[in-house]
Amino acid sequence: MSNENISDKNNNREENMSQMTGKQETATDRNTSNTSNTKGASATRSLGDVAAGREAKVGKAFTGGSGLEARGVHAWFGKKHVLQDISLEFATGTVTALIGPSGCGKSTFIRTLNRMHEFIPTAALAGQVLLDGKDVYEPGVDVTKIRLKVGMVFQKPNPFPSMTIKENVLSGLKLSQIKIQNSDELLESCLRRAGLWDEVKDRLNEYGGSLSGGQQQRLCIARSLAVNPQVLLMDEPCSALDPGSTLRIEETIRELADTMSIVIVTHNMQQAARVSDYTGFFLSDGGPGRLIEVASTVEIFTNPKEKRTEDYVSGRFG
Amino acid sequence: MSQAILDVKPEYPWKLTPKDLVTDFLGALFTLASTLAIVGFSPLKGKLGFAITLIFMAVITTTIMSWIKLDRKAAFNSATTVLVYVTASFVIIALASVLYEIIRLGAPGFSFSIFSNDMSQTASDMPLTEGGLLHAVIGTAYIVTFATLISTPIGILTALYIVEVKGRFAGLVRFFVQAMSGVPSIVAGLFIFALWMIQLGNAYSAVAGGFALTVLMIPTVARTAEEVLKLIPSDLREAGLALGATQWRTVAMVVIPAARSGLITAVILGIARVVGETAPLLLTIGGADAINLNPTQGNMSAFPYYVWKNLLIGSENAISRAWLGVFVLMIVVLVFFTLARYLGAARGGRK
Ligand SMILES: Nc1ncnc2c1ncn2[C@@H]1O[C@H](COP(=O)(O)OP(=O)(O)O)[C@@H](O)[C@H]1O
Ligand SMILES: [Mg+2]
Repeated sequence: MSNENISDKNNNREENMSQMTGKQETATDRNTSNTSNTKGASATRSLGDVAAGREAKVGKAFTGGSGLEARGVHAWFGKKHVLQDISLEFATGTVTALIGPSGCGKSTFIRTLNRMHEFIPTAALAGQVLLDGKDVYEPGVDVTKIRLKVGMVFQKPNPFPSMTIKENVLSGLKLSQIKIQNSDELLESCLRRAGLWDEVKDRLNEYGGSLSGGQQQRLCIARSLAVNPQVLLMDEPCSALDPGSTLRIEETIRELADTMSIVIVTHNMQQAARVSDYTGFFLSDGGPGRLIEVASTVEIFTNPKEKRTEDYVSGRFG
Repeated sequence: MSQAILDVKPEYPWKLTPKDLVTDFLGALFTLASTLAIVGFSPLKGKLGFAITLIFMAVITTTIMSWIKLDRKAAFNSATTVLVYVTASFVIIALASVLYEIIRLGAPGFSFSIFSNDMSQTASDMPLTEGGLLHAVIGTAYIVTFATLISTPIGILTALYIVEVKGRFAGLVRFFVQAMSGVPSIVAGLFIFALWMIQLGNAYSAVAGGFALTVLMIPTVARTAEEVLKLIPSDLREAGLALGATQWRTVAMVVIPAARSGLITAVILGIARVVGETAPLLLTIGGADAINLNPTQGNMSAFPYYVWKNLLIGSENAISRAWLGVFVLMIVVLVFFTLARYLGAARGGRK
């Protein structure tokens, strides 16, 4: 009985949410057509148009710190060479999308960026990952500090089941033993930035598992925000979510990108076009995965230099 | 039109029709009758003969009936269904008859005075209104608490070493834990007897008994905890580590709380494993008829010892005392398990 009630409530909430996101979607649409749609309202928009429709930050001078940079990164699992010579720069204030077929090493690559790669027993690595100009793999570097600065959101929403919503958001502080004064303020600001505050403000003491999938993923985003990272890595954060939740998260990503740099792996070309400033295309031809092309997102979707990139983004393979 | 919609009644087309019920009933009747006939006219005799014939006839009847009604596939399905029901009922019957016997023979001697008396002033042959088993309650409480306090941290840390640390010796440790769980309980008793008592010169005591039970309890706790920890998705560990936590803090704050109810179950299973152990206690606690409040010194009693001793004495009243001991032990275990289940489920939201 009570279970049914709960799921009923959830359904309602889900509906409300998608209504809200529905509105937002039309707002974005309007923007897009104002700025770029030259083919008339009825024409279907290409990925390039979608990408161009966003106010891209490409070409702006890189602000603040140098952010994160991979230099000649190789990765292995045992004898198997899975990444070859990846060099890529992520500037503060931008969103970089990584696209490419399954198994080409996108996940492996972003896991080298916050040193999660080394948890796989057979893993090996070569190259440098520079955070604010310093190699994170240098001997003597405190790994936990690196992971605080480079946060991560996983493919499957994974809130801590033993913690309430509030405890989940603040868990990073406890886990890394950071003490702060006004945790309530931080709680609210993280949940607001993750676009979840209005939905959970009255149920902060419920368990994270009671939220819908999309809400759980935003809770996980709020959780990674609480330790104030410089970079946020997202590995297919929307692949398990419905379109409404996906749009909410994309919007969150856009807002967050003002203050940090975001790297997002996605299989959804539309999503890459909607949220990212830069796009990197990974491909493996049976051997190790390589970075085939990286450029501004508009360029990748309208005028890629590589034939293989064009084939992939236009859906001819992968 | 709306009238027509309102007229529609909920139906259950998947339920059995009266005709089905009648044929099923006739089938059951036939099974019973033919069984009685076979038992009556053949050399198969007694309860066992009856049970075997009944099962046999039930399977045959249902198979033939569904074959006639439907087809071969349905017949095979019915036959397996009946077999599954029969085997399940064997387990339930066995369990229920054990419970029934314990209650039938143990409950009559029960009164609350048994919790305020020991056997120091009473001979086992005297009526059950005299004496009690407080000394056994205290002994078992001491011994099991002691064993639990030592085995729980060791068992869980062992599991953490195997699953979380994945240390270089994880495979070896795992092998030893498995080997240990196969150790006969008398060997555990002998081990403590030889080491703790003969080598180190200690006398019978609750502590010695606790050590013996610890040897038996650690592998159970460790193996169950290992299984439980393996079920925690590695996603959660990675989420903790990605938030800048050390491995130790991730385990303490994320993995263990997520596995909490499972770990409690591991401890309960460990206690269940040892609470009724008799052989190792005979060698280590010495046995007593009087209350001994000092767990570190002096002979101690325990439920299994109490039951064993009274059974050995063998007079009618003594045997009733033994059943009473079993009965009380069963209730204690039941109360304890319920409590632990409740505590395990109280927090943690989703499992
Ligand atoms: N834990 C692992 N052990 C061995 N090989 C792995 C492991 N994880 C990934 N791989 C291999 O590395 C390659 C890249 O995988 P991944 O980075 O997950 O690709 P993507 O995220 O682009 O789909 C694949 O060939 C995969 O089989
Ligand atoms: Mg991947």
